[in-house]
Amino acid sequence: MSTTVNHAPLLTRPEIVREPVRGQPAEVQKPISPWESVYRIGFLRKGFILLVLAVIWEIYGRWLDNPLLFPAFSETVEALISNLLNGVIPARALISLQTLAIGYAIGVGLAAMLTVLAIGSRIGTDLLETLTAMFNPLPAIALLPLALIWFGLGAGSVIFVLVHSVLWAIALNTHAGFRAVSKTLKMVGLNYGLRNIGLVRHILIPAAFPSILTGLKVGWAFAWRTLIAAELVFGVSSGSGGLGWFIFENRNQLETANVFAGLFFVILIGLFVENVIFATIEKRTIRRWGMQS
Amino acid sequence: MAAQDAGATAPLLQVQGVTLQYKTDEYVVTATQRVDFDVYPSERYVLLGPSGCGKSTLLKAIGGYLTPSEGSIRLKGREVREPGPDRMMVFQEFDQLLPWKTVQQNVTFALTASKRLSAAEARDRAAYYIEKVGLKDFADSYPHMLSGGMKQRVAIARGMAMEPDVLLMDEPYAALDALTRRRMQEELLRLWEDTRFTVLFVTHSIEEAIRIGTRILLLSPHPGQVKAELNSVPPELLGTAAQAELETRINDMLFVH
Repeated sequence: MSTTVNHAPLLTRPEIVREPVRGQPAEVQKPISPWESVYRIGFLRKGFILLVLAVIWEIYGRWLDNPLLFPAFSETVEALISNLLNGVIPARALISLQTLAIGYAIGVGLAAMLTVLAIGSRIGTDLLETLTAMFNPLPAIALLPLALIWFGLGAGSVIFVLVHSVLWAIALNTHAGFRAVSKTLKMVGLNYGLRNIGLVRHILIPAAFPSILTGLKVGWAFAWRTLIAAELVFGVSSGSGGLGWFIFENRNQLETANVFAGLFFVILIGLFVENVIFATIEKRTIRRWGMQS
Repeated sequence: MAAQDAGATAPLLQVQGVTLQYKTDEYVVTATQRVDFDVYPSERYVLLGPSGCGKSTLLKAIGGYLTPSEGSIRLKGREVREPGPDRMMVFQEFDQLLPWKTVQQNVTFALTASKRLSAAEARDRAAYYIEKVGLKDFADSYPHMLSGGMKQRVAIARGMAMEPDVLLMDEPYAALDALTRRRMQEELLRLWEDTRFTVLFVTHSIEEAIRIGTRILLLSPHPGQVKAELNSVPPELLGTAAQAELETRINDMLFVH
């Protein structure tokens, strides 16, 4: 540590004033390299990962050479295409998706009601918090035996467990989103004269949209998972089964390639919903609004 | 020009004996105690005071977000009970614009949501005020694409487009950099020259209060009480000894006891 202070006079330096130069071709913008622009396209990156996984699958399947246990990728694709062409998989998928749509819609509706109740009153919040704490950790499949007693075999039971799997995830996320809406935005809404439902519709829902969308995505994943599992469990006695029933049926007949094809189609639908439907909604809404980068 | 003869017209806004209290988990805190003042039409009325003097709380009460525990707030003789489009707020926060609407839609939506105008009329009026604040080229941009100063301009355009009885501004420039703040102050004065709207402006900067205000209410802290109500210097005397003198006077009143 130096204790001496330099008392020498400061240098007197001339002032500089400059005019900014205009019209000179400086490289302000330049295109990015072709490799990088390809790398920036998300679905190409993901497609590449899928390709690598498919190649590994194919190699392992051929090396194992036991189509009864583990059919190769090419055999699975073959089974998938033949089942798509003869209309079995599309028909089964349609049944699954119809059930799913009904369960999902009811779940979303109930979640909306619960959250509106929850933001409207203190007791509503307590109700939502207690119900979610109780039921969210409960696996939907665990309710299936009960559902069978109440609704019997068939769509009713599946829809019941679907609603259960969707409702809590969506309600929890939506409620968290509503609570996180900035106080300023709420005050702006009140300033416009918006009250109650108007405030919810025009301010709270759009402002909480990132959380709501997360809830819808999580709910969708839960629902799809629950649906296939439920169909597997009691597909045996259900007359018109969905994709889960298709998988179960083919396992019983040791058509392993078909089982794989069924699972593969389940995955394909999952990927489609996540990467096309939800990605498009995200791009059109929260990305565009700068609420998510 | 600035200070009108107050005797001729009736006050637009009357604040009488207003005590504001809010509750924390442990205490009831008194933010302001028996504050009185009147605002006349076309005044640029500034609430000035150090932090903790309850000036923002007072503005929120005038906005209708808080109910006084004592006293009354009257706008055009009618008691203020709840927030409404006749008192538009411009907040300090940049997130006061709806992020899911463009600049144009933000202003238009304010007009249609409050049922002041039909959709077509709202569009025209929004375009007019957006141009006034110099953001015509950004009308279709979303708020996240704008700088802080531009966001505040949109908020001001929105407030003015509603043509409220009084525009309430809660430290709107406090989060801006000094250069932008200066430009925005001049712009506000220019806009005021055009339409002579009544504005109630909260700030903690003495310099800003003198520059913006025609009349300045000084509040002392803990709890907020009226210390003085002064006339500001006219714009042509800004930058002269008169401004410096007033600045010193306010400074002494607020900080020397």
